[in-house]
Amino acid sequence: MKIESLMADLKKQIVEALNLRHINPDDIGDDQALFVDGLGLDSIDALELIVLLQQKHNTKIANAQDGPKIFKSVRTMAEYIQANASR
Amino acid sequence: MNSITSFCRIRNNRFTTEQLVIEHPAASKDEFSIGLYERLQLNYPKFYKMDQQCRLGYIASELVLKGVDVSAYADSFSLVLSNADGSLDTDLRFQQSISSVASPSLFVYTLPSMVAGEICIRHKIKGENAFFVTPSFNAELLIEYVDSLLAGPGDHACLAGWVNVLDAQHDILLYLVENRRVNGSRAHNMNELNKLYGQ
Repeated sequence: MKIESLMADLKKQIVEALNLRHINPDDIGDDQALFVDGLGLDSIDALELIVLLQQKHNTKIANAQDGPKIFKSVRTMAEYIQANASR
Repeated sequence: MNSITSFCRIRNNRFTTEQLVIEHPAASKDEFSIGLYERLQLNYPKFYKMDQQCRLGYIASELVLKGVDVSAYADSFSLVLSNADGSLDTDLRFQQSISSVASPSLFVYTLPSMVAGEICIRHKIKGENAFFVTPSFNAELLIEYVDSLLAGPGDHACLAGWVNVLDAQHDILLYLVENRRVNGSRAHNMNELNKLYGQ
């Protein structure tokens, strides 16, 4: 899957999984920060994103310390999925 | 002399305050809480992430504390809540979710006191808070406990009440008690409190 399609899917999945009804998926920038000043996600949301990667993309995070880098933006998530999804 | 200076009652798809009565029939509890939120034109993005008990507790607190400067009370503003079913409504949803992958965001709401936490965060309440689980609305318990918190010199206030949600049923009464008399306020006693609960 092309990274643009993957990012579009991820935006919809993030809005649905995190109950962000006030946000239109298309308004989330590819490189917009997901936490703190960006979308304003919190630590519980981070856990939900880990579940999302496992359930929807068959991708596990091997090292928890990589979390901040992987969840920096929709693009970094998509890049991680492309590089690590189980086949 | 402690008095009830504002209140909000939510029951049977009906929302009541001193100034406002809204009937909001809804097909589901999700539709009811979101419809009420939108109708009251509230704006708190975290609302959508909350469970039903927290959503309705939050909505009621917004109306009861409208125009109240909570920060002026500092540690003398307290919160006392109660209900009968704890967090059973969300506990059951979480139990169902375990069959696939347990949802972390659902798990955090499997504590009755989460509604107290959400209200404290929203309104920056820094005083004592307590949550009682009792078989039914217990005006005597609430009055005694709140009166003990409001005793002593200086200005004190307490947001108190009943926040119970289970399945399609919601039963919310939140009210503000202050240790001063305000024009039009009600006495903080069994008779007045049971009258408010009966609305």
